[in-house]
Amino acid sequence: MTEQMIEKIERIEKKHEKKENLRSSVVLKVYRANRLAGEPGRYDSIEVPVQRWTTVLDALLHAKSYKDPSIGIRYSCRMASCGSCGMKINGIPRLACYTKVSELEGSSITVEPLANFPHLRDLVTDFSQFFVHHRNMQPYVQNEHADIKDREKLSEFVQSPEDLDKFLQFSYCIKCGLCYSACPTVATDTKFPGPQALSQEYRYFIDNRDTASKERMNIVDDKHGIWRCHFAGSCSSVCPKGVDPALGIQLLRGHLLGFSKNEKKIADLQERLKKD
Amino acid sequence: MMIRESQIMKIHYITAIGALFVVAVHILMRLIMPYNMSLEYENVIANYHNIPYAILLESILVLIAIHGFNGLRVILLELRQSKAWEDGVTVLTIAAMMGVIAYGTRTIIVANGLGFE
Repeated sequence: MTEQMIEKIERIEKKHEKKENLRSSVVLKVYRANRLAGEPGRYDSIEVPVQRWTTVLDALLHAKSYKDPSIGIRYSCRMASCGSCGMKINGIPRLACYTKVSELEGSSITVEPLANFPHLRDLVTDFSQFFVHHRNMQPYVQNEHADIKDREKLSEFVQSPEDLDKFLQFSYCIKCGLCYSACPTVATDTKFPGPQALSQEYRYFIDNRDTASKERMNIVDDKHGIWRCHFAGSCSSVCPKGVDPALGIQLLRGHLLGFSKNEKKIADLQERLKKD
Repeated sequence: MMIRESQIMKIHYITAIGALFVVAVHILMRLIMPYNMSLEYENVIANYHNIPYAILLESILVLIAIHGFNGLRVILLELRQSKAWEDGVTVLTIAAMMGVIAYGTRTIIVANGLGFE
């Protein structure tokens, strides 16, 4: 019985190995340019050794450590939590730390900076405008009943699991900018807030601790606001955290058109002291 | 008073649905006789003389003009972003829409014979 199980596992592993593109080395074609210095763009080919578990970020860091220390790259956590290492890998916006080399086909991997962001150097882009759009959405709970100045009155909101489910998936956003990079509207309309900002607006709009629903609707109801989304859906397909920004945008549109009613019962404040 | 974008888009969607309906009726009316016959001069003029059909043609004109020119406005707004461009596009598309509706309405009135007989 045990032998049969082992054989079965080995068969599955072999099948899995066939699917994975196992190589001992790979050629990274890294986009190199320093826009501030006015350098034209070029691709540097760097061969790096890879293992089954090597990610594109690992390969890039190997290239940076042993081949060319001047490669410009932004990264931090190496585990798809910080959203720093977003880049175009073989033409698709992905997190370098979340993309294994073995998943990718071909003998070379092309890495380029994210589209729709101003380019700074090599694989590094400027996120200033992206964060301005995010900030414009007022990404925080607004509730006039919550007294945050008086520490004595500080208390928590009582929220049911059903209320939480309405916005939970949107709160997984790590602001990596992949959806913004994949959005065809952002490519032409710089005033369009982008899928990240709009889905975050929905996240706070539907949160029953927030009382600023009307104000939030006014923010996105603009010439360059939520209506400019073409519903291409590329934002949702590239999100590394499983967030569906296109869904958030469509749900918010439904509220703006009056198809859906945001009849949320504002969460009660539960004074911590009383609870204890 | 400024119209909110959501109100404009409501009009955009409603005119699209309305246009689908009236154009479907218009196509069905073309199919009640052989197609080449329906395009003969006498038959076309007869359609314009039929008041309910003239109203149907006018509604096709209005609905498609509103929907089409708002669509054009949306496309042009995405092309460039500046106050002058946005205001220019809005004024231009509204003027063009009104011009097309006015010219089309004139055609319907003339063909109908109202006020010219």
